[in-house]
Amino acid sequence: MDGQTIKTLVAIFLAAILTENYVLNKFLGICPFLGVSKKLDTALGMSCAVTVVMVIATAVTWPLYTYLLVPGDLGYLQTVVFILVIAALVQLLETVLRKFMPPLYNSLGIYLPLITTNCAVLGVTMLVLEKGAADPSFGYLQSLVNAFGSGVGFLVAMVLFAGVRERLEECDIPETFRGLPITLVAASLVAVSFLGFGGVVDRLL
Amino acid sequence: MNFITPILIVGIIGLLAGVVLAVASILLAVPKDETAEALEEILPGANCGACGFSGCSGYATAMSKGEAKPGLCSPGGEETAQKCAELLGSGDVSVEYKTALVHCMGSYDNTTDKMIYDGIESCSASTFLAGGISSCRYGCMGMGDCVRACEYGAVSVCNGVARIDPQKCRGCSKCVEACPKGLIKFVPLKRQAVVRCSNCDKGRDTMQVCKIGCIGCKKCEKTCEDGAITVQDNLARVDPQKCTGCGKCAEACPRNVITMLEI
Repeated sequence: MDGQTIKTLVAIFLAAILTENYVLNKFLGICPFLGVSKKLDTALGMSCAVTVVMVIATAVTWPLYTYLLVPGDLGYLQTVVFILVIAALVQLLETVLRKFMPPLYNSLGIYLPLITTNCAVLGVTMLVLEKGAADPSFGYLQSLVNAFGSGVGFLVAMVLFAGVRERLEECDIPETFRGLPITLVAASLVAVSFLGFGGVVDRLL
Repeated sequence: MNFITPILIVGIIGLLAGVVLAVASILLAVPKDETAEALEEILPGANCGACGFSGCSGYATAMSKGEAKPGLCSPGGEETAQKCAELLGSGDVSVEYKTALVHCMGSYDNTTDKMIYDGIESCSASTFLAGGISSCRYGCMGMGDCVRACEYGAVSVCNGVARIDPQKCRGCSKCVEACPKGLIKFVPLKRQAVVRCSNCDKGRDTMQVCKIGCIGCKKCEKTCEDGAITVQDNLARVDPQKCTGCGKCAEACPRNVITMLEI
């Protein structure tokens, strides 16, 4: 692997976290973002599970698309097939976790099925293919790194927001804003702050 | 109109996924503890922790392993204990009912406030200010955090001190957690002596702040024939397992702080 490829991979990884963050820039996966970010440890666990699912899903769906659907002119089946594969993968992950890591399974339990219908996971698998269509050098490895970076970006966003929410607990919030309204306002402010990272990755490398 | 191929492809992928999952569920099966699951169905499912385990599933698992006996579930009561015992085949069990008890009798007849408090009407809040509004730094402040915590209406504040109705108490332990001074503790629901005081200061200091507080004179300890009541840290404490409910310590107490819990 030459220096240029490594540079590109690092750029892809950083871009997925900072400038193309799935939650804060692309606004996917808002449901778990708002739902699970109340406590730091659940946020951490959930985002780790999402990262694993994202990477494995991309690992399975990318070859499926490139070597099965595209040659057969069946690109339109993308959505259906990907959902099938992701659902099966999450079930498999749940079974594996229950067998080999019971404490983690117990703490994440209900959140795992939630990841199945999470649009962020489907988004990663599909958007990564768009990138591949636009740039031929964006192959399997690049897609995997992108998926991993997206997961890490999800983690960063969740953990940051969990911290923000914990601070919000102690604030004196007006009656009309308590609960979901102030959370949404805070989330949008965090998203605005991430705009500040625009251009960092291009300049960095 | 080549629609066979896509249908086939999606169908095959679905089938493959199904097969993989089926195989995985067999190969990676976790042996289910059926007894524990059945027991968990019987338990009330309140996850209150009164039994001392981490929720109903914790208690069910402990019972199926033989680490706990049925009858520890206060909210479940007699019926739950019987059903659990039947399932486990361990015969009849008697439920060890518990009630929460406020270990303080510092009403306004016996003690005073040491300050005029103008703040948040909550015991947890007032504790931050020099240990609370009550003259006795261990005592009940009577602002009702425990009253608000109780979902069964068993706790009330009378004349500046909290008291619990044993008939209504379900042993859910919410009031135990709510009291910032740790005055509320569980006692078994049987006739026994209870020392309704938590003051660990020396006798002289206690007398200055409360007319009824325990001074640690040890008269009760000397009177008890079963060794159920001992004085530690200037405070008399009763061991409910040893107490026979004879009432001799209550008669002997010069401060009248020992009372008999009647059911």
